Amino acid sequence: MSTVTPTTPVRPRSEAVSFTAAKLPRFAPALVAVVAIAAAALPVLFMGAGAITWAVLAGIVYLVALPLWARAVEGSRGATDRLVTGLVWAACAVAIVPLVSLLWTVVDRGLPAINTTFLTFSMYRTDLDQEVGIYHALIGTLLITLFAALISVPIGIMAAIYLIEYGKGNRLARWITFLVDVMTGIPSIVAGLFAFALFILLFGPSTRMGFGGSVALSLLMIPIVVRSTEEMLRLVPDELREASYALGVPKWRTIVKVVLPTALGGIVTGVTLSIARVVGETAPLLLIAGLTTRTNFNVFAERMTTLPVLIFTQNANPGIAETPGGIRPGIEIAWGGALVLIVIVMLLNIVARTIGAIFAPKTGH
Amino acid sequence: MATTVVAEDTARARSRLGDRVFSRLALSAGIAILAALAAVFIFLAIEGIPGLAKPAEFYGDASNFWGYVAPLLFGTVLAAIIALIVAVPLSWGIALVVSHYAPKRVATPIAYVIDLLAAVPSVVFGLWGISVLAPRLTPAYAWLDENAGWVPFFAGPASTTGRTILTAGIVLAIMIIPIITAISREVFAQTPRLHEEAALALGATRWEMLRLAVFPYARSGMVSAVMLGLGRALGETMAVAMVLSAGGGISFNLISSTNPASIASNIASNYKEGTPGKIQVLIATGLVLFLVTFLVNFAARWVVQRSERRLAR
Repeated sequence: MSTVTPTTPVRPRSEAVSFTAAKLPRFAPALVAVVAIAAAALPVLFMGAGAITWAVLAGIVYLVALPLWARAVEGSRGATDRLVTGLVWAACAVAIVPLVSLLWTVVDRGLPAINTTFLTFSMYRTDLDQEVGIYHALIGTLLITLFAALISVPIGIMAAIYLIEYGKGNRLARWITFLVDVMTGIPSIVAGLFAFALFILLFGPSTRMGFGGSVALSLLMIPIVVRSTEEMLRLVPDELREASYALGVPKWRTIVKVVLPTALGGIVTGVTLSIARVVGETAPLLLIAGLTTRTNFNVFAERMTTLPVLIFTQNANPGIAETPGGIRPGIEIAWGGALVLIVIVMLLNIVARTIGAIFAPKTGH
Repeated sequence: MATTVVAEDTARARSRLGDRVFSRLALSAGIAILAALAAVFIFLAIEGIPGLAKPAEFYGDASNFWGYVAPLLFGTVLAAIIALIVAVPLSWGIALVVSHYAPKRVATPIAYVIDLLAAVPSVVFGLWGISVLAPRLTPAYAWLDENAGWVPFFAGPASTTGRTILTAGIVLAIMIIPIITAISREVFAQTPRLHEEAALALGATRWEMLRLAVFPYARSGMVSAVMLGLGRALGETMAVAMVLSAGGGISFNLISSTNPASIASNIASNYKEGTPGKIQVLIATGLVLFLVTFLVNFAARWVVQRSERRLAR
């Protein structure tokens, strides 16, 4: 974080003393950057290449020119340092590009699809001209995620309490911690297959129900809840617990009345982030919750569509465009659904971070 | 006096009872997690093991299960390796920017944006990959086919849709960048300040300081970050299922549509037409995927725990 500071005390000293090695002027990177952008503009102007080519060319010119200059003035060590600095920042810029492109595309293509019909109608229609929407998928996502949270939040929090308050350092606790870590890496499709295998064994081969999806999602949620709760409980100072014990409060009431309220903000943050993580899961729900065009309010019976599954299937079977060459209806629904999904996920993230920031336990005194 | 003693006794008894119940509850929640992990394995095994030895017609072109799963496993590993090759240098670069290069008021937003990338659902990545990235890459593939066709990776013919294993690998790379970045960032930031300042005081440039002080300290964390990213890339389903147009067998040709699907995407695209027998085969492939990712994650965590113990000493 604040690790840039080490360079600051070094530089003025080396400039003040005259027998230090030669250094490029401070403005050198900026100057080379301007020259690189200008130089890269030439072929772009003459050959008519796009903005991406321009940016890539400018980056390459910069990464070649600055180290060369530094090599002439500062020697090879300085050149390597400049090159690495350039590469590291380039990596950062390259990684931001897809995110910007993705968000922009989703908003650009999704926004035209969004209206009240889109949000309040299901895909079920009795005649061909009827309006359709994603209401059924919203309800499905909401209910399946809700039930997943109902399963995983109590188990996750209680397990974290066991790990921190009761099992501190014993063999079982170490194993649970280790396996929870491993569990975070379970592929979502495997969680889906597990729920699928479980439910077809219990209820017959053609079983599809929303609750199966909840079971699969909770398998993905539990490790996240456990990890974040664990971290938060660990931050609760032991003095608080000891003060409570000294007043004669039994251990379980200490946990419920002192430890948990202290860590509450962090726990809520962790739970919200875990919900944000599973709300966009597709693969497990595709397997066990199935697909339907109707709104289904009962998670324990019948198929249930969720938003990600809807996006996937609409994109796979987009239907025929009304006008030749126009946007196919399925594609439009898929992008609209994607926008709604991203908004939900981002909102959950922002809520989580806000709660986390407000209730952050004060560790320093 | 006697009454207070009784009251105390009952209070203590009640508290003991509460303690017992609560600790049992906590313990059983912990054991439930172990049981869930075991149940995943058991139920996949119950439904999947019959899929290992079906009559040949269940396995499409292959004659037995291993012939069926081998190309899928190859596709899974190939896509994951492409993703790692793209993602690892980028992630370490971003992690270094956040931990060592950028001033704090730039580093915090960058870290936030990368975390946002982690929050985007995989199905949206798939949608973006198929409709934005794949068409963009088509000209690049055609160019590679023309000018670098002698390299076996670019043998072509170039795909006209761009839905190749290379595109899928790039989408996977974007998805695992946040994971690798997050962990690498943490371990880079944990380097003792004194080590760094000692290196700088000896006249090291910033890069030499990173090489001499930060990387040796962070090595095991970096390795485990890569392995966790690998685990994620191996198991990712939807992005691959949507982007990759699969067909053909084992081939290193990255730019045409003759690559096998990955295990996960194969399950997602074939479960629907599945008869119970076919589904058992798919679950068996899922079991293979589970074991592979489990081993990768197990190894990653083992590396972390070992190094943590070493540092604690």
